[in-house]
Amino acid sequence: MDIFAQQVLNGLVLGSVYAMVALGYTMVYGILGLINFAHGEVVMIGAMIALAVISTLMGVSPDMNPFTMIFIAGSTAILVCMLLAFFIERLAYRPLRKAPRLAPLITAIGVSILLQNLAMIIWGRRYKMVPQIFPTETHELFGATITSVQLFIIGISGILMAGLLLVVHFTKLGRAMRATSESQRVAGLMGINVNKIISVTFMMGAALGAVAGILVAGNYSVAHYSMGFMLGLKAFTAAVLGGIGNLGGAVLGGLLLGLIESVGAGYIGDLTGGFLGSHYQDVFAFVVLIIVLVFRPTGLMGERVSERA
Amino acid sequence: MREFMQSFLQKVTSNRRVLLLGYVLLFVALAVLPFLLSNTVGRTWVRILDFALIYAMLALGLNIVVGFAGLLDLGYIAFYAVGAYTWALLASPQFDLHLPFWAILPIGAGMAALFGVLLGAPTLRLRGDYLAIVTLGFGEIIRIFLNNLDRPINVTNGPIGINKIDPISIGGADLTRTHEWLGISFSGVHIYYYLLLALLILTIVMCVRLENSRIGRAWLAIREDELAAQAMGINTRNIKLLAFALGASFGGIAGGLFASLQGFVSPESFGLLESIMVLCMVVLGGMGHVYGVLLGALLLTVLPEILRSTASPVQRALFGDVYVDPEALRMLLFGLALILVMLVRPSGLWPAPKRRVALDQDSSRD
Repeated sequence: MDIFAQQVLNGLVLGSVYAMVALGYTMVYGILGLINFAHGEVVMIGAMIALAVISTLMGVSPDMNPFTMIFIAGSTAILVCMLLAFFIERLAYRPLRKAPRLAPLITAIGVSILLQNLAMIIWGRRYKMVPQIFPTETHELFGATITSVQLFIIGISGILMAGLLLVVHFTKLGRAMRATSESQRVAGLMGINVNKIISVTFMMGAALGAVAGILVAGNYSVAHYSMGFMLGLKAFTAAVLGGIGNLGGAVLGGLLLGLIESVGAGYIGDLTGGFLGSHYQDVFAFVVLIIVLVFRPTGLMGERVSERA
Repeated sequence: MREFMQSFLQKVTSNRRVLLLGYVLLFVALAVLPFLLSNTVGRTWVRILDFALIYAMLALGLNIVVGFAGLLDLGYIAFYAVGAYTWALLASPQFDLHLPFWAILPIGAGMAALFGVLLGAPTLRLRGDYLAIVTLGFGEIIRIFLNNLDRPINVTNGPIGINKIDPISIGGADLTRTHEWLGISFSGVHIYYYLLLALLILTIVMCVRLENSRIGRAWLAIREDELAAQAMGINTRNIKLLAFALGASFGGIAGGLFASLQGFVSPESFGLLESIMVLCMVVLGGMGHVYGVLLGALLLTVLPEILRSTASPVQRALFGDVYVDPEALRMLLFGLALILVMLVRPSGLWPAPKRRVALDQDSSRD
């Protein structure tokens, strides 16, 4: 088994999840200029809801088709997360749209703390095991092994991300979204219902996040109330790496971050002569981020903002 | 009513004798507060008060960076960690060094300032939220290093942390022990309270003086419009670095005091959540306003403790049993409080009077 190919593959799997979550951050940032700290928690809630639905279904009818089961669980999670995102935006961010810049950041942090602890109250402190629905099959690919779950992750995230890019770039809704992120006032003057577009943006991000949450839980076979925090942080880092507000940048940043982490963690020991171990995986990600931003202050694909942004 | 209050306040504050009386009353109240607390609700609350004072110092330091200079820092706890670990390494059995506090305090502040410049220098070109994420990463990097520097050479003891840190001692008198002066017995937490209070007052005076100084005005100018500030002849690079360094050194001192009070440090105390907490103190209290930030820091340290001590008794009284995990419930209410306060007072509980005007104009821009 080729170790390098394996690391790259693992990196791609991790990266496509980061990319999906990063899209949620970057869409909201593009429109509102707000770091939506609660997004990671929405991802976690998605995973938890899906897990709850699956365990209920397994209890009710154990021999249900696994695909039907996944479909029901996934759509429930997506729906709940979209509703959640709608209400978060409506209650915690919209009233503060004209407030000082840091006020919505603090409410976002508040929502994040609230959701995390709510999840802890509902689902408990312990790690929840994800039941194995599909029989695990492994395939050989370029000398690396890939499980069916990993294949599934790459496939689903690829389809969803391509779909999102198509929607944003080629539909009327997408054009309205882009216009709103250029200037809310002018978009409003052109007859766009800005509030509706912002709600839709939050909900689309949440739907992607819910799917990402389910995929992560499926990949590691565990879910936990705190899983959203670090995932969200990494995804936000990915979004910034790619150039925040830029959809393609978020995808690129996500994949890159996944690769850096996976390959970096695998080789950091050899590179530093055993001085730094794989515990420094997270350091690697942040150091790369800092270096990239020093040379490109608006990320890899970010547009150059004028001094008076 | 409001006008009446304002004119009343003006009359009171313009009368020097009344003002002096007010200060004396405040001073007496602050002096007897720990005794009042330890005799009514217990000595733990004096300890909580000690931590509130440390956090207030920390928040005032962050206020220099975020509030005055407008540089969003999400990794501020790193400087606190640097200060705490500097103290821990120089005054504990870890390396068998036991330097006196008057030597470590400046070293800790200096180390933190150095790290502040280290963070500031490469990020001078970054704006707003890009800066925020880099500072966040910086904070995480520091924490991860503290967590893993136990091998190949053991420096920080890794996740276990450093134990048996020396307390502050003056003339051989250990300040965490109980001492008796003038027939009154002062326990460790009481002595620390007075020490921290004195340092906090010094910090407040420094902050207020800084805000009204040439440097402070330069910070405000950079915060409002960096380009215009540069055009007015402000050396934005140096002034920004100064904000990072000064803010960091305040954090370093607070960290050192924390290490000596606690007697123990571990990487766990310096996570992202702590950075966020300090930021919440600054913004919730009133960014850029020294007294507002002070209020925010005191509220956000004391409120979770009050929730902690009431979460299970109240449940038991209302429902007869503890149904909801009190720790989770406490944080849930805390998150809710953050949201509600910001919704009701978007510029913070006690915003700076001048700043309020500036922000109103700012928000009307698209």
